[in-house]
Amino acid sequence: MMKRVTLFCGHYGSGKTNIAVNYALHLRRSGEEVTVADLDIVNPYFRTKDSRKELEAAGIRLICSEYANTNLDIPALPADLYAITDDKGRYAVIDVGGDDRGALALGRISPALREEGNYEMLAVINCYRPLTQDIPSTLEVLGEIEAACGMRFTGLVNNSNLGEMTSAEDVLASLHYAEEVSRASGLPVCMTTVRASLYETLKERIEGLFPLDLQEKIC
Amino acid sequence: MADKVLMKGNEAIAEAAIRAGCRHYFGYPITPQTEIAAYMAKRMPKIGGVFLQAESEIAAINMVYGVAAAGLRVMTSSSSPGISLKSEGLSYLAGADLPSLVVNVQRGGPGLGGIQPSQSDYFQATKGGGHGDFRMIVLAPSSVQEMAELTVKGFALADTYRMTAMILADGTMGQMMEPVALDDLPVTPMPEKPWAVTGTGMKRPHNVVNSLFLSPEKLEETNFERYDRYRVIEEKETMYEEYRMEDAEICIAAFGIAARVSKNAIDEARAMGIKVGMIRPITLWPFPKAPFRRAAEQVKEVISVELSMGQMIEDVRLATECRVPVTLCNRVGGMIPSPEQVLDAILKAAKNGGKEA
Repeated sequence: MMKRVTLFCGHYGSGKTNIAVNYALHLRRSGEEVTVADLDIVNPYFRTKDSRKELEAAGIRLICSEYANTNLDIPALPADLYAITDDKGRYAVIDVGGDDRGALALGRISPALREEGNYEMLAVINCYRPLTQDIPSTLEVLGEIEAACGMRFTGLVNNSNLGEMTSAEDVLASLHYAEEVSRASGLPVCMTTVRASLYETLKERIEGLFPLDLQEKIC
Repeated sequence: MADKVLMKGNEAIAEAAIRAGCRHYFGYPITPQTEIAAYMAKRMPKIGGVFLQAESEIAAINMVYGVAAAGLRVMTSSSSPGISLKSEGLSYLAGADLPSLVVNVQRGGPGLGGIQPSQSDYFQATKGGGHGDFRMIVLAPSSVQEMAELTVKGFALADTYRMTAMILADGTMGQMMEPVALDDLPVTPMPEKPWAVTGTGMKRPHNVVNSLFLSPEKLEETNFERYDRYRVIEEKETMYEEYRMEDAEICIAAFGIAARVSKNAIDEARAMGIKVGMIRPITLWPFPKAPFRRAAEQVKEVISVELSMGQMIEDVRLATECRVPVTLCNRVGGMIPSPEQVLDAILKAAKNGGKEA
């Protein structure tokens, strides 16, 4: 049974926003009522708000600081954030800010999430990011995030990629890393995410492969 | 495992600095460069280096002065308003002939402005880094890979010429993520620094690092000597990239993020049969005058694409000696010109045949 709330957390730059947006679209396509919440208080650019048009066209509710993508550089949380925990009739996808600093904001709603007990908290990992290239450093970042938000991860998302340059071989080469992180942390690998153009090549070879159709691109 | 990693521009600067032998970072957080400090905070303690979040930008630049005087590779980073605060320190570093690396990941201004990307500190970096007669070597990366390479290069240039090298990036360059190859960065060993204040060991006279001169004659002489050195840099260290300039009739002048946008527009215009190319300065000081002087004999118009109200355009006009019209295509306040806007400017230049509309 799929949990009502899915949280994507991880090292900054691991791909959380992209995955959250695509996962929400996926839920919506299977007919669910979905809310996406941008809880990022760290990143100044490249926010879920960049995908507002696509999300709203798909009938997905976006909860996002009204100051995201503006010049107001304050770690503000959106006032309607409580809709996530109050409105239990909708699925919620939460894009949490990077690292322990970003995860701190989760403390605002973590008591309600724990009380309801109907969530997955997924750690997005990427072995091509310099500070999470090996197992100990990855576990260190995940541990810091758990400590900051007072919640435990329930699974992993292997989003190992090199941006647009990612090859099928790069993804295949990351599977061992994801398995090792899984073994060391005791967390299952819930999905492996790839950009849409690699999906057909890899879908037979990787279990639980999830395509990221929507990609924000800057020149 | 691939030999590349996926990095933000800001992280690439920080990691490249560490690989260049920098073990002292002093800074104060400001968007959109904070990842540099965050990266240093994580890495420096693990490699025996120093990360110190100073009480202010001014304190940070003066800590840079101290470590530079001791002869070690040292850096600070900030964004536009923070660089203004550092300008006194930049002048003192110049006056004491101290090598340092300073990073400016620019945001919109003036004043507090905003946090979105900008290139409006061009004047400040290339002409007015602080009071007094001095220059900084100004490096303008246009990819995350170049953020890393020019950081390493910046430390080497700073040491060679005993002056500040500044990385002049912008918010987009700092925040965007691209694959980077770090293993082949052209790291140079630090040269001997016989002038550094490292303790005499009772074996040599005291070294003095200072920017105060009691004799005006001596101060004048020092200034003249410094500008002799600057001339050597202009001759030997100017860097630029030419893109599709062979047969170009229209020339784009752009650096950093503006050059990336312009490349897209140039490729589109070329597909339409318009002969357009680009000169991309990599060093903003020294400014690559020679290729623009050549272009002035070849093209009918130069378009300066900038995220400012038109700052580099003045150097383009000087370098082309006003032989061809130089027009401005810009966005400001944190906005970025779109490839469509640049393409429109190219189409207009193609139609007007070099006559200013």
